[in-house]
Amino acid sequence: MPVLTPAKSSWFSGETLWIVLVIVAAYGIVPLAGSDYLLDAVLTPFLALSLAAVGLNVLTGYAGQVSLGSAAFLAVGAYAAYNLHLRVPALPLLIDLVLAGGVAAAIGIVFGLPSLRLRGFYLAVSTLAAQFFVQWALTKFSWFSNDNPSGVIDAPVLSIAGSAFTSAAERYVFSLTIVVVLTLLTLRLLRSQSGRNFIAVRDHEIAAKVIGVPLLRTKLLAFAISSFLIGVAGVLWAFAYLRTVEPAGFNLDRSFQILFIIIIGGLASLRGSFIGAAFIVVFPLLLSRVGAALLGSVFDSGVLEMSQRIVIGALIIVFLIAEPRGLIALWDRAFAAVRPAKRPA
Amino acid sequence: MNMMRRLKVTMAAALAVGLANTFTAHADEQFFPLQSYRVGPYAAGGTGFFGGFIDYLNLINIRDGGVNGVKLTWDEGETQYEVERGVEVYERLKSRPGIAAWNPLSVGIAYAMIDRITKDKVPLITINHGRTDSTDGRVFPYVFPLLLNPYSETSGIVNYIASKEGGADKLKGKKIVVLYHGSPYGKETIPIYKRLADKYGFEVEQIEVPHPGNEQQSQWLSIRRAKPDYVVLRGWGVMNPVALKTAQKVGFPADHIIGNVWSNSEEDVIPAGDAAKGYIAITTQASGADYSVLQEVIKTVYGANKGNLDDKKRIGSVYHNLGIVNGILNVEAVRIAQAKFGKRTLTGDEVRWGFEHLQLDPARVEALGAKGLFHSINVTWDNHEGDGRVTFQQWDGSKWKVVSDWIAPDWASLRPIIEKSSAAYAKEHNIKIRTSGDEPVSQ
Repeated sequence: MPVLTPAKSSWFSGETLWIVLVIVAAYGIVPLAGSDYLLDAVLTPFLALSLAAVGLNVLTGYAGQVSLGSAAFLAVGAYAAYNLHLRVPALPLLIDLVLAGGVAAAIGIVFGLPSLRLRGFYLAVSTLAAQFFVQWALTKFSWFSNDNPSGVIDAPVLSIAGSAFTSAAERYVFSLTIVVVLTLLTLRLLRSQSGRNFIAVRDHEIAAKVIGVPLLRTKLLAFAISSFLIGVAGVLWAFAYLRTVEPAGFNLDRSFQILFIIIIGGLASLRGSFIGAAFIVVFPLLLSRVGAALLGSVFDSGVLEMSQRIVIGALIIVFLIAEPRGLIALWDRAFAAVRPAKRPA
Repeated sequence: MNMMRRLKVTMAAALAVGLANTFTAHADEQFFPLQSYRVGPYAAGGTGFFGGFIDYLNLINIRDGGVNGVKLTWDEGETQYEVERGVEVYERLKSRPGIAAWNPLSVGIAYAMIDRITKDKVPLITINHGRTDSTDGRVFPYVFPLLLNPYSETSGIVNYIASKEGGADKLKGKKIVVLYHGSPYGKETIPIYKRLADKYGFEVEQIEVPHPGNEQQSQWLSIRRAKPDYVVLRGWGVMNPVALKTAQKVGFPADHIIGNVWSNSEEDVIPAGDAAKGYIAITTQASGADYSVLQEVIKTVYGANKGNLDDKKRIGSVYHNLGIVNGILNVEAVRIAQAKFGKRTLTGDEVRWGFEHLQLDPARVEALGAKGLFHSINVTWDNHEGDGRVTFQQWDGSKWKVVSDWIAPDWASLRPIIEKSSAAYAKEHNIKIRTSGDEPVSQ
């Protein structure tokens, strides 16, 4: 794990303005100006995977524990929320959402236990157990999908206090609110003693132990927080975006996708999670639209799809060579170049 | 391939065409959004099926100038058989004008679309697959599992095994293993096999093969231990040839493996080589290019160099023919709806009416040049499957040979199960059950 600088304090000073601007635009302009396609098929999955990436970044980027089980926690969140909604109909959806995150956190703690003994690649391999176990359990026990023969669940309509979120814009605003609130809370946590403990454990575990960081608690807390966030992201993915779920949708590929988001976006950077998600989720769609518009009449969609993969693969290599710390570091460098006077020393 | 030259010429052409398209007003056109898959583990099925579908649409455009002058158009989006890509393509194409029907060819994607298309009032066609209880048009006005829903397929297979054994009473005490694909599609028939086992007194064991299914050693060892009389292969894509080869390795005879309707193509048996010889599979449409509609596709579409298949040897293969049949059913639904609503671009709801009156008797099928390709269809407002007949074919090492007549599944005994399931769905989703076909669909 490379030694990375912790989140800069400028998050709270100079860049607060930027955060506010982005949030205002996301709430004020996007839902009004965006088409249904943009909101439903691009931004909602982007928000769900961004939140999952924020979650994994807490664990991997900040606390230094590599995990390949993210998709499992997405699935746990989605299925937990579905079952809570189905079996305890009295609970409001927001409580379901929080409890589903809680269930994911509990399972995260269980699968986080090996982190006390294992590190690096060995830990990554042990988190694969979560990935395979969860998918197996969801397929094996049809109770989880309410005995639907196909193993597919229909997500309920999102509604809070009687008002339903049925249009694309409403689902987007719902997801956005959850993501903004949880991201700000995560930011707050990372600035606290626990957040500094994460970084201490990541940068030098023995040194951290020597200065009195409780390893067990810190690692398990990282797993819990991370799984909680990913679990809630799973609820958004299932309820706000797909509106249907099957266990195969949460396979190892999805875990890798989230891991790539944070590596490409930038480890130990919350903004990096969002930029990485934009690159992995939104960029291929853009590319496919452009490709189809220019060449769709000549090549069939299969050829276009293959060429997009080549383009994206090549870009990933180029970006990572140009800046191993991820797109966010490129972004900051570009930004600093534009405004050299304000460049921090 | 002269790929580079093609690329250069088309870059320019595409720009020009793109610009032209933006400015010409839409004449009467009916649009087919295609959530196709030409990449990934199921590409063989996707290229064959969508190739056949597009070939037939092309045939109608070139030979007849469209359906009564209404031109058929389409656009493809790659899904790789993945649900979220299918949803993305749906959201991308749903705002196009004049959508006739959606044909995703994926149970997972179809499930995700049911709420969406019902809200948008556009038909969703899941030929030979789909959600079984969507056969009940009273509850699912916009969903059409045409020709063969999964339960009918199961019933057809069990009836065929019974006929091989010499009657339904001979099934008692027999043992059947169902080897199914680990996906919503594969699992759809678990309850109906159990139910038929209880009804006929045979023993059934259902074994899952995780997607995509290129490793089946342990499953076939279990099968060897179980010593079944028959294995039903409910596979998809690469899982099928692997199953046949592994069966050969553990010594299970191929002629006691019965493939379901998604395990019945040339792409399933040819890669298995020797191991597939004698293998039997159910189908709703015969393979081969001897049917007159196929001959016209070859002459008119491939003659004009507009054929969709890269490999012309695949013309007349099972998936290609299924695509052609799917094209016939979609086009005829549009034609039937046009007879009622006028020869113009129809709305999705009007095309839905067309599908609900899609009645093609053997004579009409013959007039369409598809005699022998498929039997007939009789869709009504409350039966969205349309009583498709099935037949069985055996692989002789180089081609499929039909080994049965057109068999009718046991629809009457399946209908109550379907209605029970659809009633539960209606209750869960607060859907008002339609009581007649004339009633406007309320949602």
